[in-house]
Amino acid sequence: MMMQRLAAHSRSLLAGAALSAVLLAGPAFAVTPADTLVEGFAIDDIITMDPGEAFELSTAEVTGNTYDLLVRLDLDDTSKVKGDLAESWTVSDDGLTYTFKLKTGMKFASGNPITAEDVAYSFERAVKLDKSPAFILSQFGLNGDNVAEKAKATDETTFVFTVDKPYAPSFVLNCLSATVASVVDKKLVLEHVKPMTPSADYKYDNDFGNEWLKTGYAGSGPYKLREWRANEVVVMERNENYHGDKAKLARVIYRHMKESSGQRLALEAGDIDVARNLEPNDYDAVSKNTELATTSAPKGTVYYISLNQKNPNLAKPEVRQALKYLVDYDALGSTILKGIGEIHQTFLPKGVLGELDENPFKLDVAKAKELLEKAGLKDGFSVTMDVRNNQPVTGMAESFQQTAGQAGVKVEIIPGDGKQTLTKYRARNHDIYIGQWGQDYFDPNSNAQTFASNPDNSDAGKVATLAWRNAWDIPELSKETEAALVEKDSAKRAALYQELQKKVLDTSPFIIIHQQLEVAGLRGNVKGLKLGPSFDTNFVWGITKE
Amino acid sequence: MAGPVCLNAVETRQSGRTSGRRATGLALAVARFLVIAITTYLGLLAVTFFIGRVIPIDPALAVLGDRALPSVVERTRREMGLDLPLIQQFYLYIKNALSGDFGNSVLTTNPVMTDLRRAFPATIELATLGTLIGSVIGVPLGVLAAVRRGSLTDQFVRVIGLLGYSIPIFWLGLLALVLFYAKLQWVAYPGRIDIVYEYSFTPVTGFYLLDSAMQGQWDVFRDVARHIILPASLLGYFSLAYISRMTRSFMLNELTQEYIVAARAKGLSETRIIWGHALRNAAVPLVTVIALSYAGLLEGSVLTETVFSWPGIGLYITNSLQNADMNAVLGGTILIGSVFIGINLLSDLLYRVLDPRTKAA
Repeated sequence: MMMQRLAAHSRSLLAGAALSAVLLAGPAFAVTPADTLVEGFAIDDIITMDPGEAFELSTAEVTGNTYDLLVRLDLDDTSKVKGDLAESWTVSDDGLTYTFKLKTGMKFASGNPITAEDVAYSFERAVKLDKSPAFILSQFGLNGDNVAEKAKATDETTFVFTVDKPYAPSFVLNCLSATVASVVDKKLVLEHVKPMTPSADYKYDNDFGNEWLKTGYAGSGPYKLREWRANEVVVMERNENYHGDKAKLARVIYRHMKESSGQRLALEAGDIDVARNLEPNDYDAVSKNTELATTSAPKGTVYYISLNQKNPNLAKPEVRQALKYLVDYDALGSTILKGIGEIHQTFLPKGVLGELDENPFKLDVAKAKELLEKAGLKDGFSVTMDVRNNQPVTGMAESFQQTAGQAGVKVEIIPGDGKQTLTKYRARNHDIYIGQWGQDYFDPNSNAQTFASNPDNSDAGKVATLAWRNAWDIPELSKETEAALVEKDSAKRAALYQELQKKVLDTSPFIIIHQQLEVAGLRGNVKGLKLGPSFDTNFVWGITKE
Repeated sequence: MAGPVCLNAVETRQSGRTSGRRATGLALAVARFLVIAITTYLGLLAVTFFIGRVIPIDPALAVLGDRALPSVVERTRREMGLDLPLIQQFYLYIKNALSGDFGNSVLTTNPVMTDLRRAFPATIELATLGTLIGSVIGVPLGVLAAVRRGSLTDQFVRVIGLLGYSIPIFWLGLLALVLFYAKLQWVAYPGRIDIVYEYSFTPVTGFYLLDSAMQGQWDVFRDVARHIILPASLLGYFSLAYISRMTRSFMLNELTQEYIVAARAKGLSETRIIWGHALRNAAVPLVTVIALSYAGLLEGSVLTETVFSWPGIGLYITNSLQNADMNAVLGGTILIGSVFIGINLLSDLLYRVLDPRTKAA
């Protein structure tokens, strides 16, 4: 019996061998379709496509290309915004009322007309759903009870937005360029709302289409979302109803590829047109390949080491200073950060209003020792450091461990899975943490608030800013941060942020190391790919293939 | 007249009693199996559930990410029922699971069952092909090694086996990709199917090779085959290593048995003795080995699936676990538990079929 089975097996083996011979014959160079751009991209962070809920980096790129906003960041001068759906806008003299006039004759991808009513509904659902990014809108005094009044359509093309304080207009407009303010197709969404039972936590009788929009689409951008399959693929197709210049390529496909090396192989073989998550060595190899090209752009994300002030040693001002002298910035910049980061020690990334290009700290072991002696820690001390097990933070932590050791500071690295380390950090149970912070929206207040504001340092603190997470009690700086918000003159506002940055640079428990450079490797025939200053401005509609 | 009737009656009664005993025996066996299966499931679920809850990851944070406000995190925890006592959470989960509701995955937003129905066929397809390759090559190699014990062939098979067993599969996978994909372009890049066919091919069963063949889409079939061949060969090599070693040792054991000497004395040909007699007897334990190795592959080989971007069960569960997406992890655990219980049962049955002695007992 076994004999027969074996014989049968070997027959199928032979058939298999013959089959593979057929398959493997004539390996043609892989080419993606001419009207389609295929990007290899780690998209495993995407958990929803609803612009009222999404707060992840990869999602921002998709919503940025598929949804429209009232105003968008002006890529020629990123300290300003320009109209997208809005033709023009005015701010009332008391600085509380913003009136937007919409362009006329625009349509959603569905064919429904775009009206001020859609804008009002988009604001309403974002505020009422109250998901992670909702605070970007509700920080202007909006809540479920008053949003209908504060964000409303007064006629077909006029949208009026009322804020609770006379904020700097640049702040308000910058916030309105965030994904959460994307305009959804009200009529289409209403066809897909799910009834809900009102409860103490959720007072409304429907879900504003949240469940449907997690994977659905109701936008008007240059591309429309055809499909998102978690950890597999995102497919966008040209929106023929788009109100501006139509997208050049018919289709853009993001294919989930986790590994840098895999992306590089696929790029070299021509199976993808763009590789988005290249690590320095692969990026280097791609840049040397004559058939390929590379591009990069500074992003609004900074990497930092932070010192929990609950640790008595780290709470000493001299120790904070000393540790800032114990990072080998130059070596980091020329090795593990090469091509993917620029040394940058202030909290506002380049390109944001009020940026300050000062990098006073260098590796200086002698000076650090001197400071430690002043703090009464002549022989150094031991301390733990929580590190997520991914790059570049692991490499950066190891470098810091080594240089800190030269001054007697014994750093014990605790590697952890990302979510695990984060849970610990948010509970303020760490000594030293290394991580990155990306802007929530493209305005100096986003990073100023997190690095320089901590209104309530108690464990019950309601605003978990980075300053709070590191128990840095700074009532004065918190007030200054708030003051910068209502400075109407942009130049003066910028000066206030520069002042804040100097103070944080000098005294804070944050050792800010570098600003992220986003890189991409591309096939030589891909033209017009330009990475934006933020993740929601990585626009793909201008890309062509030769 | 009376005697035989009487005897017959006794006989009938006796045979009735034995068949009754047999029936009770069977019922007992079934009952025992059910008890074991149910306790296994409950234990499996309880362990997974409580481990999932004690790992220091806040599932709400996993949904919301780094930048969520504390108030939003609090509310989400309540929505997910994480503020309830653990026992109550477990009870609710079991209750829903019994009514067929395994909850939604927070990562993919789909019902867990939908995700599993998508991911599992991908793993089955890969594992089946891998095991097929492993057994078809591994068994003959093992037999050869046993027959030519100590010879160069034996050494050669041993080296192949050791390499397959000790080289990390992700490293081998990357090397294979560099060679067969990047340099030679013989096989397709990681993934299950080319992006070109994304919307021209509709899978029915989820087994792409089968689906494309049934629909007569031979260009798709060719593409799918070009995608699966490399990861399947790697898995095949991995199980080959194990299967060939086990075959060798089973065969060595059989070849020293007296019936082999008897067969030789009868003048049977060596081929007949080895393939017809020894292997046939060695096949009995071998089936268990192959079945278990198959079950191991069905669990989803995380590393292979990662290297080859294979959207299977291993990748799905690992991803979910890292994000404390417990509904997905629990659903996956139930599935894998079922596979193990099922395969064990199946190999037990095969054992009975292949080994005549178990029939007598």
